[in-house]
Amino acid sequence: MASTTTGLPPTPASPPQTSRAPRRSRKGTPYPGWFYLPAAVVYLSIFIVPTIVSFYFSLTRWNFSSSEFIGLENFFQFFREPALVKGFTNTIIYAVVTSGLKVVLGMGLGVLLASQITGRAYLRSVVFFPVLVSTVGVGITFTALMNPSRGLINQVLELVGIAGPGWLTDPQLALLSVALVDVWKGVGLATVIYIAGIVSIPPEYTEAAAVDGASPWQQFRSITLPLSWPATSTVVTLSLIGGLRSFDLIWAMTRGGPGFTSDVIASVIYKQYQAGFYGLSTAGNVLLFIVVTAIVIPLTRWLAKKEVAM
Amino acid sequence: MRPATRRWAGAVAILASVVVFLVPFAFIVLQAGKDATDASRLTFTWPENPQFVQNFLDVLATRDYILIIAFINSTILTVASVAGMVVLGAMVAFVLQRRVTRWTGLINFLVLAGLIVPPAVVPTIWVLQGIGLFGTMPGLILVEVAFGLSFSILLFRAFISSIPREIDEAAIIDGAGPVRLFFRVVLPLLRSVVVTVIVVQSVAVFNDFVNPLYFLPGEQNATVQLTLFNFQSQFNTSFNLLFMNILLITIPPLVMYIFFNRQIVAGLTAGAVKG
Repeated sequence: MASTTTGLPPTPASPPQTSRAPRRSRKGTPYPGWFYLPAAVVYLSIFIVPTIVSFYFSLTRWNFSSSEFIGLENFFQFFREPALVKGFTNTIIYAVVTSGLKVVLGMGLGVLLASQITGRAYLRSVVFFPVLVSTVGVGITFTALMNPSRGLINQVLELVGIAGPGWLTDPQLALLSVALVDVWKGVGLATVIYIAGIVSIPPEYTEAAAVDGASPWQQFRSITLPLSWPATSTVVTLSLIGGLRSFDLIWAMTRGGPGFTSDVIASVIYKQYQAGFYGLSTAGNVLLFIVVTAIVIPLTRWLAKKEVAM
Repeated sequence: MRPATRRWAGAVAILASVVVFLVPFAFIVLQAGKDATDASRLTFTWPENPQFVQNFLDVLATRDYILIIAFINSTILTVASVAGMVVLGAMVAFVLQRRVTRWTGLINFLVLAGLIVPPAVVPTIWVLQGIGLFGTMPGLILVEVAFGLSFSILLFRAFISSIPREIDEAAIIDGAGPVRLFFRVVLPLLRSVVVTVIVVQSVAVFNDFVNPLYFLPGEQNATVQLTLFNFQSQFNTSFNLLFMNILLITIPPLVMYIFFNRQIVAGLTAGAVKG
């Protein structure tokens, strides 16, 4: 901080060494607090205030004109109605499946595309491009490809003699099918994160290991895997946050169906909002908030600790 | 890897990438060129009666040219909200990085919270109604700015820490006030990260489906992602137009990617390599 002010025109009242930025009058600093103001107004009114009041409104029966305090009734309802419980468990399953697959496939593709493979530039672009495509567009496309009788996927399976399942119409399978499409769309991001992590590992390590006779698998196991931990940590965190909040892909592909078998908390929030149950919808939001913070915050702590330990 | 293995692995990977990643895109293009009955068969075949141009004109004309209105809406939304994120985000990041006060901890916490906490939907609508902006474009722009600020601030802050303070001091000695210092000296130095933020955030806002769905309801207000959603039910019998629509809204991100590939990847992998 002191170095900031040494170059300032010295104020006669105090010697330059002691005039630190925070102590000087607000007017004098070149980094004025009011720079926060425009962002703070938008952020507080549109994001923080709704988040805080959501805790109150989740305890009410609410239409915008009036609200009636009903205690924890909305939350009880969430854990009583099978449709809502399903949404809750599906959210966890969806987030775990998508982030697990993104880590495994992203790391595999990252190792492959960080190496000197032929066609590397093409492969990197083609794996990454789906990240930038409209989620709803991807959802509609795969809904067509996954059509049980006419879709391309089952047509191809039929050629090799397999009767393809009803990807989106089988209640057991619908959520997992959507999760697979989510992985298809998101694995490119995980891959580029892993590539950035892997190319930052000094090549001397693998060279030395190779000289000592380590097999490629041993090199991966003992060098690449532990030293790309920051990338793993980023991928896990990002895809868990994204997976728990996921809505648009599920909505575009199944609308939570068949029945409510592929509903997640975010789609329940939307359905209850449309049905006019604003209090219940907000309770869903609070529940999502609790799930996300209860999973993501301890996890990032743990990931950071492991990183330091290595 | 030995050169032979390299080529062999490359060939397998390219083949797999064609099947997994290019076939779905080829399917979109093929569907967009078919006639209605042909498209409804959902087969992966060349269009029997190619009518690419006809489908293009038809999809534009649907519902009184709603798609053109939607493209205009999406452009306004993207430009205005990304401009807001850049200017407001850079101002916050600048002061946050340069001056440590007892508020710094709280502000850092709030910025991180913006990345993690899912927005409370119905209370946000309630607030927007209270200030008379629910269902309006300015309201949606504010929402996008509020939800996108955190990510912008983090990217800016990381970059500003690499700009020497001596530059600030030189400008101050030359008589620049805070506003001149920021807008005339610091912001121009942020050029490369500004490009990154603009590209990444404009793709995100352009592709955003959830926020327009909640905060800007109504046919005439539709953004491009919502036209897809609205057409999905109407176009059950005309898949060709639905896929033509998908094709059209995929073009802007594709153009962005072709020109700003490096910035997009840099922006999205920030933080992956720590230390």
